[in-house]
Amino acid sequence: MSDLVHLTIDGKPIEAPAGTLLIDAVRKYGIEIPAFCYYEGLALQAACRMCLVEVEKMPKLQTACTLPVAEGMVVRTETPVVADARKAMLELVLTNHPLDCPVCDKGGECELQDMTFRYGAGEGRFNETKQHIDEKQWSPVVFFDRPRCILCYRCVRICNEGMGVAALGIANRAVTSEIIPNEADHLNCDECGMCIDVCPVGALTSGPYRYKTRPWEMDHIATICAHCADGCKTTLGVRNNSIIRANNRDHSGLNGDFLCVKGRFAFDYGASQERLQTPLARVDGKLEPISWTRALKTIAAKFGEVRQRGGAFGVIGSNHTTNEENYYLQKFARQGLGTNNIDHHRTGDVITLIDALAGKGGQLATVEDIYNAPAVVVLGCDLSHQHPMLAYQLRANVRHHQAQIYPITPGPVREDNQATRSLRVDKGGEVEALGSLAAELKQAGGVVILYGDPVKGDAVRKLVDFGESLGVPVKYVALVDYSNSRGAIEMGLTPELLPGMTPSNTGGMRIGQMLASTDLDVLWVVGANPLKNRAALAGKPFLVVQDLFRTETAEQADIVLPAGSAYEKNGTVTNVCGQVQMLKKGIGAMGTKTDLDIFALLAKEMKLDLGPATPDALLAEIRTTVKGYDVVLAVLATGGAAMTGVNGPVAIDVPVDAIHSANDTMYTSGSISRYSKALTSLMEYPGELYSGKSK
Amino acid sequence: MLYNKPDPQEVKVLTRRFGLENSASIDTYLATDGYQGFLKAREMTPDDIITEVKTSNLRGRGGAGFPTGMKWGFVPRTSPKPKYIVVNGDESEPGTCKDRLLIENDPHQLLEGMMIAGLAVDAHAGYVYIRGEYRYLIDILDKAIAEAYSRGWLGKNIQGTGFDFDVYTQTGAGAYECGEESALLESLEGKRGVPRIRPPFPAVSGAFQCPTVLNNVETYSAVPSILRDGGAAFASLGTPRNGGTRLFCLSGHINRPGVYELPMGFNLLRMIEEVGGGVWRGKKLKAVIPGGSSCPVLTADECDLAMDYDTLAKAKTMLGSGGVVVMDEDTCMVKAAMRIMRFYAHESCGWCIPCREGTAWLRKLLIRFHDGGGARSDIDLIGDVARNMLGRTFCPLGDAAAMPTISFVEKFRGEFEAHLAGRPCPHEHADHLALV
Ligand SMILES: Cc1cc2nc3c(=O)[nH]c(=O)nc-3n(C[C@H](O)[C@H](O)[C@H](O)COP(=O)(O)O)c2cc1C
Ligand code: SF4
Ligand code: SF4
Ligand code: SF4
Ligand code: FES
Repeated sequence: MSDLVHLTIDGKPIEAPAGTLLIDAVRKYGIEIPAFCYYEGLALQAACRMCLVEVEKMPKLQTACTLPVAEGMVVRTETPVVADARKAMLELVLTNHPLDCPVCDKGGECELQDMTFRYGAGEGRFNETKQHIDEKQWSPVVFFDRPRCILCYRCVRICNEGMGVAALGIANRAVTSEIIPNEADHLNCDECGMCIDVCPVGALTSGPYRYKTRPWEMDHIATICAHCADGCKTTLGVRNNSIIRANNRDHSGLNGDFLCVKGRFAFDYGASQERLQTPLARVDGKLEPISWTRALKTIAAKFGEVRQRGGAFGVIGSNHTTNEENYYLQKFARQGLGTNNIDHHRTGDVITLIDALAGKGGQLATVEDIYNAPAVVVLGCDLSHQHPMLAYQLRANVRHHQAQIYPITPGPVREDNQATRSLRVDKGGEVEALGSLAAELKQAGGVVILYGDPVKGDAVRKLVDFGESLGVPVKYVALVDYSNSRGAIEMGLTPELLPGMTPSNTGGMRIGQMLASTDLDVLWVVGANPLKNRAALAGKPFLVVQDLFRTETAEQADIVLPAGSAYEKNGTVTNVCGQVQMLKKGIGAMGTKTDLDIFALLAKEMKLDLGPATPDALLAEIRTTVKGYDVVLAVLATGGAAMTGVNGPVAIDVPVDAIHSANDTMYTSGSISRYSKALTSLMEYPGELYSGKSK
Repeated sequence: MLYNKPDPQEVKVLTRRFGLENSASIDTYLATDGYQGFLKAREMTPDDIITEVKTSNLRGRGGAGFPTGMKWGFVPRTSPKPKYIVVNGDESEPGTCKDRLLIENDPHQLLEGMMIAGLAVDAHAGYVYIRGEYRYLIDILDKAIAEAYSRGWLGKNIQGTGFDFDVYTQTGAGAYECGEESALLESLEGKRGVPRIRPPFPAVSGAFQCPTVLNNVETYSAVPSILRDGGAAFASLGTPRNGGTRLFCLSGHINRPGVYELPMGFNLLRMIEEVGGGVWRGKKLKAVIPGGSSCPVLTADECDLAMDYDTLAKAKTMLGSGGVVVMDEDTCMVKAAMRIMRFYAHESCGWCIPCREGTAWLRKLLIRFHDGGGARSDIDLIGDVARNMLGRTFCPLGDAAAMPTISFVEKFRGEFEAHLAGRPCPHEHADHLALV
């Protein structure tokens, strides 16, 4: 911690670490210095001149956004001179501003409106013609209206520094200065919409959201993104039971201000025309609508009959369903159906890591660790594509703490741009290659190691041995794909493990075996699409599928049940690092039921006693019975992330062949993305890993 | 080529070779004490060189008049980073046209000044940034540089002294703002020409984030004679704290416009009357902009003063870049203010709100006002908008736009009021100003 310096603000004594910018130092004391161009964590601009304050012994007003605090400094933020300067800046910036607030998307949550209300003059004196430049569409999701732009350069910086994309620049000069996209008239970029998010005014607007609503007509519901495993917090803007916007409105959570293209725009899949709104049953070879009652009764009867005669069940769970749903599903399978044939698509080797770490010094890393570690190694993953938020935190770490980073990948990745050193190795050779970095990592004094699906089984053990040999704190993340892959493993959706990574010590079929089996009587697939790249099942089981869409798997089902999406339910999910967060129901979708409700109704129909089936009750049960999940409820309930504990040893044989990432890019999301117009309309869709394009 | 006849009152130090045959060639230069200042400096310690420059009371000729020796003293000589010498040859201040003559007629003098600065701060490379429109000067300078290399006055181990120095030329791309030192450095590095946040100042972190001395062409050109003949000799030519001579660019409604090298402190009225041959067409003097378009205007009554930094500061204006713009009694001061603002509105880099929006507003307002569309309240508004910019912009360009505007309204309010009667403008012309 640097030394504290003492200064006086508006007569109040305050203190702050030396080097703190004045604008940050005062915030803690409830003093606001207005700012447009200042944006925490990005390069300083001193361009808007809104933050001018009086500093004793300095002849001119000073920009608080660039002024480091100093011992004995005397600052005044509320004098007539300062008030006059603020008023002047607002009058000036409004001269060419269209003041089309009544139809501007930003109206009601616009920083320029707020500042004008608070610090501006009652009337303008500008009597000349305003400069007009027509609005431009830069991509399906990003629109730019130059007249509304106040040239704070936040968008340019977030794209360049935050995203590492640098798709935005400035053209022309003087009053004709204009933000321009990298392809002159359109964008070729991540399409993450971060520029829209940071824009203080309505200059950058979101294609899907434009002119849909006034901000105050929406309900704002804080939940977790439904796509990748990073677990970004997002605020759904909901009106008339539909989601019209997603952004992390209060910048809280693991992601701060960040959302990637999927988190920001791909909430629309649930509203797809192709969404299932009624159960379907196979009649004369074709799927036909039936009622929920009939569907559930049919399934219950079938399940009951098969159980009765000791027939074989197979259950395939999901990487997207909540911990509560997963927990209940495995209970249903194991206790209700008496089968241990339960599995899900495994996308990374978490289990070996947990086992290998048992009794060792190494630990699991949190998202915060990725932002703070002196050195970060990424093995076998195109991080900017596959883990956009982790990659964002990593870039911030380099910017703010000069972290050393080392991508060890089969092809070029964006992290190369900031890397101390990049190593190119074929898949499987990552851990071996890592050896050459030992000295540097030791020197760095602390390392976070992220590894993708090529690193599994023995390679993970070797990796942990390597980490232990460094003699500095080492933390790990086993990279997995989807919003609740971790929860699927830890809630017992594998034949090897019961909840809490407790060995089941009973045999059971894995996905591959279930699909290849000719002996199954029932195959129950929940929120998964195992037949995506496969012509058909080997056997002829009674196939029940719970999904949002008629996926390849649903097409072959005997009964399809329309399920709710992650935005339509409550519960918890565990992110890639093992941090648990809470989902909040944003909307409901006509004709659907959440997976948990479906399970509960089936259990009732079958007269099974599996305990209470509400998200709250199940979370309580998980917190008390599942190892590592004794998380603090208040943390979750207030929108925080609670880290789960390390659970090793896990004495089982990990079937490494079953582990493979779906290799989604930043524009794809398994079987979901094709139902998102926002994603499929992008020229960058579907994107390619290790293409060098993301550089 | 020279553009005006020399005047007998001139004191020719920097311009002493002007008019000599092949004045730009290294042979002429060497035959007339060329590179002697460098050789002398090579025998001195860096501290002694800086002291000599301090003694000369040389102040920066680019506009701000910062003491040159002091500036060189700010460079951390022991920094492990390379240090750079950068020449500001962007010369874009309306009314200013002296650096071009120095480069055209005596490029080696500039190179020698850079080399001496290099000795003073332990720099071994220099960049000359020249405004894009001065393309022909780059050719002249490149030729001089090539000559210097081939004759051993640049490159490795210059004249066996063990000192290495390289010089590169770089063209600007047509922006006034690129004359501002930090924007120049951005532009030099190939980036958009917008200024940098200071501190750090160029002396500590300049070109390529390395310690850098950045001076005007004329400033460097004064250095060889200071080393050759001693700082005291140079200082004695001017007034206290305002050493030496400087190149004044006389333009506007004057009989003998041109660039004249006169001692610091030369009386402005005499400059107009005697050196410039008086106001043209037998007209009376109305006003003078004493140091380029960024300086507050002086009324005819205020012009009996010594042209040095301190005297002009007392008169609430500036010596600036030495561009003396003379306006006769027929000049429309509203139009003059309008045309100055047209320049700044065009040249504002656009980085900060007050300058970008303020200059654009003032430009439109002044054009409307001059065209006869003004209201009485506009007169105060012009001043108000300019004052709202003043002291609040990112770089001094905003002030440079605001200051003259405020002075025009304050000192010639009557003329603004006269325009309220409507068009046409009550004045005959204001077309012959060297202003844009
Ligand atoms: C808008 C603006 C334009 C400038 N243009 C020039 C220029 O064209 N030439 C120049 O030498 N200095 C110019 N200056 C001054 C430089 O910033 C800098 O002070 C000067 O080059 C330093 O050299 P000196 O100390 O030798 O004067 C300009 C300053 C501003 C604010
Ligand atoms: S578009 Fe928005 S974020 Fe970008 S410079 Fe303009 S106002 Fe700032
Ligand atoms: S990084 Fe992952 S969790 Fe975050 S917004 Fe993107 S897809 Fe969602
Ligand atoms: S005052 Fe501001 S807009 Fe004007 S030139 Fe300087 S930085 Fe650019
Ligand atoms: S916030 Fe300080 S100048 Fe913009």
